[in-house]
Amino acid sequence: MQNGFLLKLVVQRIALGCLLLLAASGLIFVGTQMLPGDVAQSILGQSATPQALANLRAELGLDQPPLTRYLDWLGNALQGDLGHALSNGQDIASSIAGRLGNTLFLAGTAAAIAVPLALALGLLAVRFQGRWPDRLISGVTLATISVPEFLLGYLAMFALAVQFRVFPSVSSIHDGMSLGQQFQAIALPVLVMVLVVLGHMMRMTRAAILNVMQSAYIETAELKGLRRFTIIARHALPNAVAPIVNVIMLNLAYLVVGVVVVEVVFVYPGMGQYLVDHVAKRDVPVVQACGLIFAAVYIGLNMIADLVAILANPRLRHPR
Amino acid sequence: MSRIPLSALIGLVITAAFFGAALLAPWIAPYGMAEVAGGVWDPSSPEHWLGTDSIGRDLLSRMIWGGRITIFVALAATLVAFATGVFLGFLAAVSGGWVDQALSRLVDLLMSIPALIMALVILSVMPVTLPVLIAVMGLIEATRVFRLSRAVAADIEVMDYVEAARLRGEGMVWVIFREILPNALSPLVAEAGLRFIFMVLFISTLSFLGLGVQPPLADWGGIVRENKDGIVYGVPAALFPAVAVAALAISVNLVADWILTRTSSLKGGRG
Repeated sequence: MQNGFLLKLVVQRIALGCLLLLAASGLIFVGTQMLPGDVAQSILGQSATPQALANLRAELGLDQPPLTRYLDWLGNALQGDLGHALSNGQDIASSIAGRLGNTLFLAGTAAAIAVPLALALGLLAVRFQGRWPDRLISGVTLATISVPEFLLGYLAMFALAVQFRVFPSVSSIHDGMSLGQQFQAIALPVLVMVLVVLGHMMRMTRAAILNVMQSAYIETAELKGLRRFTIIARHALPNAVAPIVNVIMLNLAYLVVGVVVVEVVFVYPGMGQYLVDHVAKRDVPVVQACGLIFAAVYIGLNMIADLVAILANPRLRHPR
Repeated sequence: MSRIPLSALIGLVITAAFFGAALLAPWIAPYGMAEVAGGVWDPSSPEHWLGTDSIGRDLLSRMIWGGRITIFVALAATLVAFATGVFLGFLAAVSGGWVDQALSRLVDLLMSIPALIMALVILSVMPVTLPVLIAVMGLIEATRVFRLSRAVAADIEVMDYVEAARLRGEGMVWVIFREILPNALSPLVAEAGLRFIFMVLFISTLSFLGLGVQPPLADWGGIVRENKDGIVYGVPAALFPAVAVAALAISVNLVADWILTRTSSLKGGRG
Protein backbone atom coordinates (compact mmCIF):
# COMPACT_ATOMS: atom_id res chain seq x y z
CA MET A 1 0.00 0.00 0.00
CA GLN A 2 2.69 2.48 1.03
CA ASN A 3 4.93 1.45 -1.81
CA GLY A 4 1.99 1.71 -4.16
CA PHE A 5 1.67 5.39 -3.35
CA LEU A 6 5.35 5.97 -3.96
CA LEU A 7 5.22 3.98 -7.19
CA LYS A 8 2.34 6.11 -8.36
CA LEU A 9 4.32 9.30 -7.78
CA VAL A 10 7.34 7.89 -9.58
CA VAL A 11 5.33 6.68 -12.55
CA GLN A 12 3.54 10.02 -12.73
CA ARG A 13 6.83 11.89 -12.80
CA ILE A 14 8.29 9.62 -15.51
CA ALA A 15 5.14 10.00 -17.58
CA LEU A 16 5.37 13.77 -17.19
CA GLY A 17 9.00 13.66 -18.33
CA CYS A 18 8.07 11.68 -21.44
CA LEU A 19 5.22 14.07 -22.19
CA LEU A 20 7.55 17.02 -21.79
CA LEU A 21 10.08 15.43 -24.14
CA LEU A 22 7.35 14.81 -26.70
CA ALA A 23 6.24 18.44 -26.47
CA ALA A 24 9.86 19.58 -26.66
CA SER A 25 10.38 17.57 -29.84
CA GLY A 26 7.32 19.32 -31.26
CA LEU A 27 8.75 22.67 -30.24
CA ILE A 28 12.10 21.94 -31.87
CA PHE A 29 10.33 20.84 -35.02
CA VAL A 30 8.13 23.92 -35.08
CA GLY A 31 11.15 26.11 -34.35
CA THR A 32 13.01 24.85 -37.39
CA GLN A 33 10.17 24.37 -39.84
CA MET A 34 7.45 26.92 -39.44
CA LEU A 35 9.29 30.10 -38.69
CA PRO A 36 9.02 32.95 -41.19
CA GLY A 37 12.37 32.03 -42.72
CA ASP A 38 12.03 29.61 -45.63
CA VAL A 39 14.38 26.69 -44.98
CA ALA A 40 15.11 25.95 -48.62
CA GLN A 41 15.66 29.63 -49.35
CA SER A 42 18.00 30.12 -46.44
CA ILE A 43 20.03 27.03 -47.36
CA LEU A 44 20.45 27.97 -51.00
CA GLY A 45 20.59 31.74 -50.57
CA GLN A 46 18.84 34.54 -52.41
CA SER A 47 20.26 33.71 -55.84
CA ALA A 48 18.78 30.20 -56.04
CA THR A 49 16.73 29.26 -59.12
CA PRO A 50 13.07 28.33 -58.57
CA GLN A 51 13.80 24.81 -59.87
CA ALA A 52 16.60 24.27 -57.34
CA LEU A 53 14.32 25.53 -54.58
CA ALA A 54 11.53 23.18 -55.64
CA ASN A 55 13.95 20.23 -55.79
CA LEU A 56 15.30 20.92 -52.33
CA ARG A 57 11.81 21.37 -50.93
CA ALA A 58 10.82 17.98 -52.34
CA GLU A 59 14.00 16.39 -51.01
CA LEU A 60 13.35 17.78 -47.55
CA GLY A 61 9.71 16.76 -47.76
CA LEU A 62 8.67 20.39 -47.46
CA ASP A 63 5.82 19.76 -49.92
CA GLN A 64 4.18 17.50 -47.31
CA PRO A 65 1.86 18.93 -44.66
CA PRO A 66 3.77 19.86 -41.45
CA LEU A 67 2.06 17.30 -39.23
CA THR A 68 3.00 14.43 -41.56
CA ARG A 69 6.61 15.62 -41.63
CA TYR A 70 6.70 15.90 -37.87
CA LEU A 71 5.32 12.41 -37.33
CA ASP A 72 7.71 10.97 -39.94
CA TRP A 73 10.64 12.70 -38.31
CA LEU A 74 9.67 11.66 -34.78
CA GLY A 75 8.92 8.08 -35.82
CA ASN A 76 12.29 7.75 -37.53
CA ALA A 77 14.11 9.41 -34.65
CA LEU A 78 12.58 6.94 -32.19
CA GLN A 79 13.94 4.09 -34.32
CA GLY A 80 17.40 5.64 -34.30
CA ASP A 81 17.20 7.05 -37.82
CA LEU A 82 17.99 10.75 -37.59
CA GLY A 83 18.16 11.31 -41.34
CA HIS A 84 21.00 12.63 -43.43
CA ALA A 85 22.94 15.86 -43.14
CA LEU A 86 22.16 18.35 -45.89
CA SER A 87 25.68 19.68 -46.10
CA ASN A 88 27.54 16.43 -46.76
CA GLY A 89 24.84 13.74 -46.98
CA GLN A 90 26.28 11.70 -44.12
CA ASP A 91 24.07 9.62 -41.87
CA ILE A 92 23.46 11.79 -38.80
CA ALA A 93 23.01 8.94 -36.32
CA SER A 94 26.44 7.46 -37.06
CA SER A 95 28.11 10.91 -36.99
CA ILE A 96 26.52 11.62 -33.64
CA ALA A 97 27.25 8.26 -31.99
CA GLY A 98 30.99 8.85 -31.55
CA ARG A 99 30.58 12.53 -30.73
CA LEU A 100 27.93 11.87 -28.10
CA GLY A 101 30.34 9.42 -26.48
CA ASN A 102 33.08 12.07 -26.48
CA THR A 103 30.77 14.68 -25.00
CA LEU A 104 29.56 12.33 -22.28
CA PHE A 105 33.18 11.42 -21.51
CA LEU A 106 34.04 15.10 -21.10
CA ALA A 107 30.94 16.06 -19.12
CA GLY A 108 31.12 12.86 -17.05
CA THR A 109 34.75 13.46 -16.07
CA ALA A 110 33.93 17.04 -15.14
CA ALA A 111 30.94 15.88 -13.07
CA ALA A 112 32.98 13.15 -11.33
CA ILE A 113 35.41 15.82 -10.14
CA ALA A 114 33.00 18.71 -9.53
CA VAL A 115 30.30 16.92 -7.50
CA PRO A 116 32.46 15.45 -4.68
CA LEU A 117 34.53 18.64 -4.59
CA ALA A 118 31.43 20.84 -4.31
CA LEU A 119 30.00 18.66 -1.53
CA ALA A 120 33.27 18.69 0.41
CA LEU A 121 33.73 22.44 0.05
CA GLY A 122 30.07 23.04 0.93
CA LEU A 123 30.49 21.01 4.12
CA LEU A 124 33.69 22.91 4.88
CA ALA A 125 31.91 26.24 4.41
CA VAL A 126 29.22 25.17 6.90
CA ARG A 127 31.81 23.90 9.38
CA PHE A 128 33.61 27.26 9.27
CA GLN A 129 30.51 29.35 8.81
CA GLY A 130 31.21 33.09 8.84
CA ARG A 131 34.96 32.61 9.12
CA TRP A 132 37.56 33.07 6.42
CA PRO A 133 37.20 29.72 4.55
CA ASP A 134 33.49 30.41 4.20
CA ARG A 135 34.04 33.97 2.98
CA LEU A 136 36.76 32.94 0.56
CA ILE A 137 34.51 30.28 -0.91
CA SER A 138 31.58 32.71 -1.29
CA GLY A 139 33.78 35.32 -2.95
CA VAL A 140 35.23 32.91 -5.48
CA THR A 141 31.73 31.64 -6.19
CA LEU A 142 30.41 35.10 -7.02
CA ALA A 143 33.30 35.64 -9.41
CA THR A 144 32.94 32.35 -11.29
CA ILE A 145 29.19 32.80 -11.78
CA SER A 146 29.61 36.08 -13.69
CA VAL A 147 32.48 34.95 -15.90
CA PRO A 148 31.66 33.64 -19.37
CA GLU A 149 32.87 30.09 -20.11
CA PHE A 150 35.03 31.22 -22.99
CA LEU A 151 37.00 33.61 -20.77
CA LEU A 152 37.78 30.81 -18.31
CA GLY A 153 38.64 28.61 -21.27
CA TYR A 154 41.06 31.03 -22.89
CA LEU A 155 42.57 32.08 -19.56
CA ALA A 156 43.26 28.44 -18.77
CA MET A 157 44.61 27.87 -22.26
CA PHE A 158 46.78 30.99 -22.16
CA ALA A 159 48.22 30.19 -18.75
CA LEU A 160 48.53 26.41 -18.75
CA ALA A 161 48.95 25.53 -22.40
CA VAL A 162 50.84 28.48 -23.88
CA GLN A 163 52.85 29.98 -21.02
CA PHE A 164 53.69 26.83 -19.07
CA ARG A 165 52.96 24.14 -21.67
CA VAL A 166 51.52 21.75 -19.08
CA PHE A 167 48.55 20.64 -21.16
CA PRO A 168 47.76 20.67 -24.89
CA SER A 169 45.78 23.71 -26.05
CA VAL A 170 43.65 21.71 -28.47
CA SER A 171 41.77 18.74 -27.05
CA SER A 172 41.54 16.35 -29.95
CA ILE A 173 40.95 12.77 -28.92
CA HIS A 174 40.60 9.64 -31.03
CA ASP A 175 40.21 5.91 -30.49
CA GLY A 176 43.91 5.09 -30.73
CA MET A 177 44.77 7.04 -27.59
CA SER A 178 45.20 5.32 -24.25
CA LEU A 179 42.91 6.37 -21.42
CA GLY A 180 45.73 8.30 -19.79
CA GLN A 181 46.43 10.25 -22.98
CA GLN A 182 42.73 10.99 -23.32
CA PHE A 183 42.56 12.39 -19.79
CA GLN A 184 45.65 14.47 -20.49
CA ALA A 185 43.98 15.82 -23.64
CA ILE A 186 40.75 16.84 -21.90
CA ALA A 187 42.38 18.21 -18.74
CA LEU A 188 41.84 21.88 -19.65
CA PRO A 189 38.19 21.64 -20.76
CA VAL A 190 37.42 19.57 -17.67
CA LEU A 191 39.09 22.19 -15.47
CA VAL A 192 36.99 24.94 -17.04
CA MET A 193 33.74 23.03 -16.70
CA VAL A 194 34.46 22.15 -13.07
CA LEU A 195 35.08 25.82 -12.31
CA VAL A 196 31.87 26.83 -14.09
CA VAL A 197 29.56 24.60 -12.04
CA LEU A 198 31.48 24.35 -8.78
CA GLY A 199 30.42 27.73 -7.35
CA HIS A 200 26.70 27.28 -7.71
CA MET A 201 26.68 23.71 -6.46
CA MET A 202 28.76 24.59 -3.44
CA ARG A 203 26.66 27.59 -2.53
CA MET A 204 23.44 25.59 -2.72
CA THR A 205 24.92 22.70 -0.72
CA ARG A 206 25.92 25.19 1.96
CA ALA A 207 22.47 26.81 1.95
CA ALA A 208 20.67 23.45 2.11
CA ILE A 209 22.71 22.21 5.06
CA LEU A 210 22.47 25.54 6.90
CA ASN A 211 18.72 25.36 6.46
CA VAL A 212 18.61 21.95 8.15
CA MET A 213 21.05 23.10 10.86
CA GLN A 214 18.32 25.30 12.32
CA SER A 215 16.13 22.31 13.19
CA ALA A 216 15.45 21.26 16.76
CA TYR A 217 17.09 17.85 16.41
CA ILE A 218 20.38 19.51 15.50
CA GLU A 219 20.21 21.40 18.77
CA THR A 220 19.57 18.08 20.53
CA ALA A 221 22.64 16.60 18.86
CA GLU A 222 24.67 19.62 19.91
CA LEU A 223 23.47 19.33 23.49
CA LYS A 224 24.33 15.62 23.41
CA GLY A 225 27.90 16.81 22.97
CA LEU A 226 28.57 15.49 19.46
CA ARG A 227 31.41 16.98 17.51
CA ARG A 228 30.33 19.68 15.08
CA PHE A 229 31.52 17.80 12.04
CA THR A 230 29.70 14.63 13.13
CA ILE A 231 26.51 16.63 13.50
CA ILE A 232 26.86 18.04 10.00
CA ALA A 233 27.80 14.78 8.33
CA ARG A 234 25.50 12.38 10.23
CA HIS A 235 22.46 14.47 11.12
CA ALA A 236 22.25 17.42 8.76
CA LEU A 237 23.51 15.96 5.48
CA PRO A 238 20.98 13.09 5.13
CA ASN A 239 18.12 15.55 5.54
CA ALA A 240 19.59 17.91 2.99
CA VAL A 241 19.94 15.20 0.34
CA ALA A 242 16.90 16.19 -1.73
CA PRO A 243 17.82 19.85 -2.31
CA ILE A 244 21.47 18.92 -2.86
CA VAL A 245 20.68 16.25 -5.43
CA ASN A 246 18.37 18.74 -7.09
CA VAL A 247 21.11 21.32 -7.46
CA ILE A 248 23.62 18.69 -8.61
CA MET A 249 21.24 17.59 -11.35
CA LEU A 250 20.57 21.19 -12.36
CA ASN A 251 24.30 21.72 -12.70
CA LEU A 252 24.81 18.50 -14.63
CA ALA A 253 22.10 19.73 -16.96
CA TYR A 254 23.98 23.00 -17.14
CA LEU A 255 27.17 21.10 -17.97
CA VAL A 256 25.40 19.63 -20.97
CA VAL A 257 24.83 23.15 -22.28
CA GLY A 258 28.12 24.65 -21.13
CA VAL A 259 29.86 21.88 -22.99
CA VAL A 260 28.83 23.53 -26.27
CA VAL A 261 31.01 26.59 -25.67
CA VAL A 262 33.86 24.68 -24.04
CA GLU A 263 34.03 22.25 -26.95
CA VAL A 264 34.29 25.13 -29.41
CA VAL A 265 37.04 26.79 -27.34
CA PHE A 266 39.15 23.63 -27.22
CA VAL A 267 38.15 22.29 -30.65
CA TYR A 268 36.92 19.09 -29.02
CA PRO A 269 35.16 16.61 -31.34
CA GLY A 270 31.87 16.45 -29.46
CA MET A 271 28.17 17.14 -29.89
CA GLY A 272 28.43 20.85 -29.13
CA GLN A 273 30.99 21.54 -31.82
CA TYR A 274 28.92 19.46 -34.25
CA LEU A 275 25.77 21.43 -33.44
CA VAL A 276 27.43 24.85 -33.75
CA ASP A 277 29.10 23.96 -37.07
CA HIS A 278 25.81 22.86 -38.55
CA VAL A 279 23.82 25.82 -37.26
CA ALA A 280 26.25 28.00 -39.19
CA LYS A 281 25.72 25.81 -42.29
CA ARG A 282 21.95 25.95 -41.73
CA ASP A 283 21.85 22.17 -41.80
CA VAL A 284 18.36 21.75 -40.36
CA PRO A 285 18.19 17.94 -39.90
CA VAL A 286 21.44 17.93 -37.89
CA VAL A 287 20.27 20.86 -35.77
CA GLN A 288 16.99 19.09 -35.06
CA ALA A 289 18.72 15.85 -34.12
CA CYS A 290 21.25 17.57 -31.82
CA GLY A 291 18.55 19.78 -30.31
CA LEU A 292 16.45 16.72 -29.57
CA ILE A 293 19.33 14.88 -27.91
CA PHE A 294 20.36 17.90 -25.81
CA ALA A 295 16.74 18.41 -24.77
CA ALA A 296 16.36 14.71 -23.91
CA VAL A 297 19.46 14.73 -21.68
CA TYR A 298 18.35 17.98 -20.04
CA ILE A 299 14.81 16.79 -19.39
CA GLY A 300 16.09 13.39 -18.26
CA LEU A 301 18.43 14.89 -15.67
CA ASN A 302 15.72 17.17 -14.33
CA MET A 303 13.42 14.16 -14.08
CA ILE A 304 16.04 12.18 -12.13
CA ALA A 305 16.41 15.12 -9.75
CA ASP A 306 12.70 15.09 -9.03
CA LEU A 307 12.65 11.29 -8.66
CA VAL A 308 15.49 11.37 -6.12
CA ALA A 309 13.69 14.13 -4.25
CA ILE A 310 10.57 11.94 -4.10
CA LEU A 311 12.49 8.85 -3.02
CA ALA A 312 14.59 10.70 -0.45
CA ASN A 313 11.59 12.23 1.26
CA PRO A 314 10.47 9.96 4.11
CA ARG A 315 7.17 11.82 4.36
CA LEU A 316 6.30 10.55 0.88
CA ARG A 317 7.66 7.07 1.65
CA HIS A 318 5.32 6.69 4.61
CA PRO A 319 2.16 8.65 3.82
CA ARG A 320 -0.44 8.88 6.53
CA MET B 1 18.63 56.56 2.14
CA SER B 2 21.31 54.42 3.68
CA ARG B 3 24.97 54.72 2.73
CA ILE B 4 26.03 52.91 -0.40
CA PRO B 5 28.29 49.97 0.52
CA LEU B 6 31.76 49.92 -1.03
CA SER B 7 31.09 46.89 -3.26
CA ALA B 8 27.98 48.50 -4.75
CA LEU B 9 29.87 51.76 -5.26
CA ILE B 10 32.63 49.97 -7.18
CA GLY B 11 29.97 48.19 -9.21
CA LEU B 12 28.19 51.47 -9.95
CA VAL B 13 31.39 53.22 -11.04
CA ILE B 14 32.49 50.41 -13.36
CA THR B 15 29.00 49.98 -14.81
CA ALA B 16 28.77 53.74 -15.38
CA ALA B 17 32.20 53.71 -17.05
CA PHE B 18 31.14 50.96 -19.45
CA PHE B 19 27.86 52.70 -20.31
CA GLY B 20 29.68 56.04 -20.67
CA ALA B 21 32.25 54.52 -23.02
CA ALA B 22 29.44 52.95 -25.04
CA LEU B 23 27.57 56.26 -25.36
CA LEU B 24 30.65 58.35 -26.12
CA ALA B 25 32.33 55.86 -28.47
CA PRO B 26 32.54 58.24 -31.48
CA TRP B 27 34.40 60.81 -29.35
CA ILE B 28 36.65 58.71 -27.14
CA ALA B 29 37.66 55.84 -29.46
CA PRO B 30 41.14 56.76 -30.77
CA TYR B 31 40.58 54.99 -34.12
CA GLY B 32 37.62 53.97 -36.24
CA MET B 33 35.88 50.62 -35.83
CA ALA B 34 37.24 49.19 -39.10
CA GLU B 35 40.34 51.34 -39.45
CA VAL B 36 43.54 49.35 -40.03
CA ALA B 37 46.04 51.25 -37.91
CA GLY B 38 49.02 48.98 -37.39
CA GLY B 39 50.55 45.54 -37.89
CA VAL B 40 48.96 42.19 -37.05
CA TRP B 41 48.70 41.61 -33.29
CA ASP B 42 51.11 44.42 -32.36
CA PRO B 43 51.81 44.40 -28.62
CA SER B 44 50.51 47.29 -26.55
CA SER B 45 52.23 50.64 -27.18
CA PRO B 46 51.50 54.35 -26.57
CA GLU B 47 49.65 54.47 -29.92
CA HIS B 48 47.69 51.28 -29.29
CA TRP B 49 47.08 50.82 -25.57
CA LEU B 50 45.84 47.26 -25.95
CA GLY B 51 47.75 46.47 -29.12
CA THR B 52 46.18 45.61 -32.46
CA ASP B 53 43.94 42.76 -33.56
CA SER B 54 44.14 39.94 -36.09
CA ILE B 55 44.22 42.30 -39.11
CA GLY B 56 45.89 45.30 -37.50
CA ARG B 57 42.93 47.30 -36.17
CA ASP B 58 43.33 49.14 -32.87
CA LEU B 59 41.99 46.78 -30.20
CA LEU B 60 40.99 49.47 -27.68
CA SER B 61 38.89 51.27 -30.29
CA ARG B 62 37.25 48.03 -31.35
CA MET B 63 36.48 47.20 -27.73
CA ILE B 64 34.84 50.59 -27.22
CA TRP B 65 32.75 50.22 -30.38
CA GLY B 66 32.06 46.56 -29.59
CA GLY B 67 30.91 47.40 -26.07
CA ARG B 68 28.37 49.73 -27.62
CA ILE B 69 26.84 46.85 -29.56
CA THR B 70 27.02 44.36 -26.68
CA ILE B 71 25.34 46.79 -24.28
CA PHE B 72 22.76 47.93 -26.82
CA VAL B 73 21.72 44.39 -27.79
CA ALA B 74 21.65 43.23 -24.16
CA LEU B 75 19.56 46.23 -23.09
CA ALA B 76 17.12 45.85 -25.97
CA ALA B 77 16.73 42.11 -25.29
CA THR B 78 16.18 42.80 -21.58
CA LEU B 79 13.46 45.30 -22.51
CA VAL B 80 11.77 42.77 -24.80
CA ALA B 81 12.01 40.11 -22.08
CA PHE B 82 10.47 42.42 -19.47
CA ALA B 83 7.76 43.85 -21.69
CA THR B 84 6.51 40.38 -22.64
CA GLY B 85 7.38 38.52 -19.45
CA VAL B 86 5.94 41.02 -16.99
CA PHE B 87 2.77 41.63 -18.96
CA LEU B 88 2.02 37.94 -19.51
CA GLY B 89 3.05 37.08 -15.95
CA PHE B 90 0.66 39.66 -14.48
CA LEU B 91 -2.04 38.62 -16.92
CA ALA B 92 -1.69 34.98 -15.81
CA ALA B 93 -1.81 35.91 -12.13
CA VAL B 94 -4.78 38.27 -12.49
CA SER B 95 -6.93 36.16 -14.78
CA GLY B 96 -6.16 32.72 -13.29
CA GLY B 97 -8.09 29.78 -14.68
CA TRP B 98 -7.25 28.50 -18.15
CA VAL B 99 -5.28 31.58 -19.22
CA ASP B 100 -2.92 30.99 -16.29
CA GLN B 101 -2.74 27.27 -17.00
CA ALA B 102 -2.06 27.72 -20.72
CA LEU B 103 0.62 30.36 -20.23
CA SER B 104 2.31 28.55 -17.34
CA ARG B 105 2.47 25.21 -19.12
CA LEU B 106 3.79 26.89 -22.27
CA VAL B 107 6.55 28.50 -20.21
CA ASP B 108 7.32 25.15 -18.54
CA LEU B 109 7.72 23.67 -21.99
CA LEU B 110 9.96 26.47 -23.25
CA MET B 111 12.13 26.20 -20.14
CA SER B 112 12.51 22.44 -20.58
CA ILE B 113 14.93 23.14 -23.43
CA PRO B 114 18.18 24.89 -22.48
CA ALA B 115 18.18 28.54 -23.59
CA LEU B 116 21.36 28.27 -25.68
CA ILE B 117 20.16 25.15 -27.51
CA MET B 118 16.77 26.77 -28.15
CA ALA B 119 18.47 29.87 -29.56
CA LEU B 120 20.75 27.78 -31.80
CA VAL B 121 17.79 25.79 -33.13
CA ILE B 122 15.87 28.96 -33.99
CA LEU B 123 18.86 30.82 -35.41
CA SER B 124 19.60 27.92 -37.73
CA VAL B 125 16.61 28.93 -39.86
CA MET B 126 16.26 32.63 -39.15
CA PRO B 127 18.37 35.33 -40.80
CA VAL B 128 20.88 36.39 -38.13
CA THR B 129 20.28 40.15 -37.92
CA LEU B 130 20.26 42.40 -34.87
CA PRO B 131 16.44 42.65 -34.60
CA VAL B 132 16.10 38.85 -34.88
CA LEU B 133 18.79 38.30 -32.26
CA ILE B 134 17.16 40.76 -29.89
CA ALA B 135 13.73 39.20 -30.38
CA VAL B 136 14.95 35.60 -29.99
CA MET B 137 17.03 36.33 -26.90
CA GLY B 138 14.33 38.53 -25.39
CA LEU B 139 11.55 36.02 -25.91
CA ILE B 140 13.58 33.10 -24.52
CA GLU B 141 14.49 35.17 -21.47
CA ALA B 142 10.87 36.32 -21.10
CA THR B 143 10.04 32.84 -19.76
CA ARG B 144 12.26 33.49 -16.70
CA VAL B 145 10.73 36.93 -16.20
CA PHE B 146 7.25 35.42 -16.54
CA ARG B 147 7.87 33.02 -13.64
CA LEU B 148 9.02 35.79 -11.32
CA SER B 149 6.39 38.35 -12.21
CA ARG B 150 3.61 35.78 -11.97
CA ALA B 151 4.77 34.82 -8.48
CA VAL B 152 5.11 38.45 -7.39
CA ALA B 153 1.73 39.40 -8.85
CA ALA B 154 0.05 36.38 -7.24
CA ASP B 155 1.15 37.73 -3.85
CA ILE B 156 -0.09 41.23 -4.58
CA GLU B 157 -3.27 40.08 -6.25
CA VAL B 158 -4.78 38.88 -2.94
CA MET B 159 -4.26 42.26 -1.23
CA ASP B 160 -7.29 44.22 -0.06
CA TYR B 161 -6.58 47.20 -2.29
CA VAL B 162 -6.70 45.03 -5.40
CA GLU B 163 -9.97 43.58 -4.17
CA ALA B 164 -11.21 47.13 -3.60
CA ALA B 165 -10.22 48.18 -7.11
CA ARG B 166 -12.05 45.19 -8.54
CA LEU B 167 -15.15 45.91 -6.45
CA ARG B 168 -15.34 49.48 -7.68
CA GLY B 169 -15.41 48.06 -11.19
CA GLU B 170 -11.91 48.65 -12.54
CA GLY B 171 -10.93 46.58 -15.58
CA MET B 172 -8.07 44.16 -15.96
CA VAL B 173 -5.77 46.75 -17.56
CA TRP B 174 -6.23 49.12 -14.61
CA VAL B 175 -5.57 46.34 -12.10
CA ILE B 176 -2.40 45.27 -13.90
CA PHE B 177 -0.90 48.69 -14.57
CA ARG B 178 -2.22 50.85 -11.72
CA GLU B 179 -2.47 48.40 -8.82
CA ILE B 180 0.01 45.58 -9.32
CA LEU B 181 2.83 47.11 -11.39
CA PRO B 182 3.74 49.94 -8.97
CA ASN B 183 3.89 47.53 -6.04
CA ALA B 184 5.91 44.91 -7.93
CA LEU B 185 8.47 47.39 -9.19
CA SER B 186 11.27 46.92 -6.66
CA PRO B 187 11.81 43.15 -7.03
CA LEU B 188 11.49 43.56 -10.80
CA VAL B 189 14.19 46.25 -10.93
CA ALA B 190 16.68 44.00 -9.13
CA GLU B 191 15.71 41.16 -11.44
CA ALA B 192 16.27 43.42 -14.45
CA GLY B 193 19.92 43.79 -13.42
CA LEU B 194 20.40 40.02 -13.30
CA ARG B 195 18.57 39.51 -16.60
CA PHE B 196 20.76 42.17 -18.21
CA ILE B 197 23.86 40.20 -17.13
CA PHE B 198 22.42 37.03 -18.62
CA MET B 199 21.73 38.88 -21.85
CA VAL B 200 25.31 40.20 -21.96
CA LEU B 201 26.65 36.69 -21.45
CA PHE B 202 24.13 35.26 -23.92
CA ILE B 203 24.91 37.63 -26.81
CA SER B 204 28.64 37.31 -26.13
CA THR B 205 28.39 33.53 -26.23
CA LEU B 206 26.32 33.55 -29.42
CA SER B 207 28.74 35.95 -31.11
CA PHE B 208 31.68 33.92 -29.89
CA LEU B 209 30.14 30.87 -31.53
CA GLY B 210 29.80 32.91 -34.74
CA LEU B 211 26.00 32.91 -34.54
CA GLY B 212 25.40 36.33 -32.99
CA VAL B 213 26.39 39.76 -34.26
CA GLN B 214 27.73 39.31 -37.77
CA PRO B 215 30.73 41.07 -39.39
CA PRO B 216 31.40 43.87 -40.25
CA LEU B 217 29.77 44.73 -36.91
CA ALA B 218 31.45 43.20 -33.90
CA ASP B 219 30.58 42.93 -30.25
CA TRP B 220 32.84 41.69 -27.47
CA GLY B 221 32.06 38.03 -28.14
CA GLY B 222 32.82 38.58 -31.83
CA ILE B 223 36.14 40.24 -31.03
CA VAL B 224 37.09 37.24 -28.88
CA ARG B 225 36.27 35.03 -31.85
CA GLU B 226 38.37 37.13 -34.27
CA ASN B 227 41.41 36.99 -32.03
CA LYS B 228 41.12 33.52 -30.51
CA ASP B 229 43.75 32.01 -32.79
CA GLY B 230 46.32 34.40 -31.31
CA ILE B 231 46.09 32.69 -27.91
CA VAL B 232 48.09 29.69 -29.13
CA TYR B 233 50.91 32.06 -30.18
CA GLY B 234 50.81 33.80 -26.80
CA VAL B 235 48.90 36.87 -28.04
CA PRO B 236 46.42 37.83 -25.30
CA ALA B 237 44.22 40.00 -27.59
CA ALA B 238 41.20 37.68 -27.19
CA LEU B 239 41.37 37.95 -23.41
CA PHE B 240 40.62 41.71 -23.24
CA PRO B 241 37.06 41.63 -24.58
CA ALA B 242 36.38 38.48 -22.56
CA VAL B 243 37.56 40.26 -19.41
CA ALA B 244 35.34 43.23 -20.36
CA VAL B 245 32.30 40.91 -20.44
CA ALA B 246 33.19 39.50 -17.04
CA ALA B 247 33.89 42.95 -15.54
CA LEU B 248 30.55 44.30 -16.74
CA ALA B 249 28.72 41.22 -15.48
CA ILE B 250 30.33 41.33 -12.05
CA SER B 251 29.80 45.07 -11.56
CA VAL B 252 26.13 44.94 -12.57
CA ASN B 253 25.79 41.95 -10.24
CA LEU B 254 27.18 43.97 -7.33
CA VAL B 255 24.69 46.76 -8.00
CA ALA B 256 21.76 44.34 -8.36
CA ASP B 257 22.72 42.62 -5.09
CA TRP B 258 22.65 45.93 -3.32
CA ILE B 259 19.27 46.91 -4.77
CA LEU B 260 17.91 43.50 -3.79
CA THR B 261 19.03 43.75 -0.15
CA ARG B 262 17.88 47.38 0.02
CA THR B 263 14.39 46.64 -1.26
CA SER B 264 13.99 43.50 0.84
CA SER B 265 14.99 45.41 3.99
CA LEU B 266 12.48 48.10 3.02
CA LYS B 267 9.84 45.40 2.82
CA GLY B 268 10.85 44.15 6.24
CA GLY B 269 10.37 47.68 7.59
CA ARG B 270 6.86 47.87 6.26
CA GLY B 271 6.02 44.56 7.91
